[in-house]
Amino acid sequence: MHSDSESVRKSIRSYMMVGAALFVFTAITVAVNQVHLAVPLAITVALLIATTKGSMVASVFMHLSHERRWIYGALILTVIGFLLVIFLPLFTVSDTIGTPLRASHSAAAAEHH
Amino acid sequence: MNIPYVVEERPDSGLTNGKLGIWLFLASEVMLFGALFSTYIILRVGAEEWPHGELNVWLGMTNTFILIGSSVTMVMAWASLKMHDFAKHRLYLIATFVLAGVFLVNKYFEYADHLRRGEGPAHSTFLAIYFTLTGLHGLHIIGGMVVMLYLLGPGAKMWRTNPEQFTGRIEYTGLYWHFVDLVWIFLFPILYLL
Repeated sequence: MHSDSESVRKSIRSYMMVGAALFVFTAITVAVNQVHLAVPLAITVALLIATTKGSMVASVFMHLSHERRWIYGALILTVIGFLLVIFLPLFTVSDTIGTPLRASHSAAAAEHH
Repeated sequence: MNIPYVVEERPDSGLTNGKLGIWLFLASEVMLFGALFSTYIILRVGAEEWPHGELNVWLGMTNTFILIGSSVTMVMAWASLKMHDFAKHRLYLIATFVLAGVFLVNKYFEYADHLRRGEGPAHSTFLAIYFTLTGLHGLHIIGGMVVMLYLLGPGAKMWRTNPEQFTGRIEYTGLYWHFVDLVWIFLFPILYLL
């Protein structure tokens, strides 16, 4: 128990550091947004920063950096499921990729008339 | 009959019931929010136009700071218990509860402003997914606050009878709370900035 509380005492510094880093990253996200980058680049930058922040929360605050194997196993399955949920439905709209949406819509409208 | 592995870890998995339970619950939550994020992507990819600047970025940023701050106070509430400082633990847990309340008050003003202008969920696809995602997230905040209130009130008695089990309960509540923070970390840029 003593060593347990001692290791927690040492972790407090990293909790504070991560908290401060999360504040800074949030400010950077908003600052980058004020620059008005091109949409694809803005999305990439914002999601990269969000992923970094999320990883910090998960690994330090949620102690995932030193968790048991069973938890990692459950989370790997979850990540696979999450990626399927995110990307699988995109196949339903993949037939429009590379096709200018406005052009195809206006062409369809013209054909209708 | 005592339930095994409430405090002591199972020899094969190295986990307590609560730790395994909360992680499986969080895994199901990932799928729930994952389905809604997927919906957001499909709606956005299929939309001819997507509004920018509809939401108040500064209010969203303030709420992000508030939730990050609440994550820090939550982990400190657990760390204080580990260091056998119950008084400090209570202060940190109260701080977390108050920050969660401030988040909801900000959200109330944001919602009220939209609704006053007639911008409800039926107004546009963007607002429909905005209200759905932030509404579900808000319900999670309320759920966390109810648990914290219990642990500050009647649930706190356990510290005297079974401190290790109580510390476990705070840890599991903390895991849930950090997850709620994590979801907001992604909601903020996709709804307010992009």
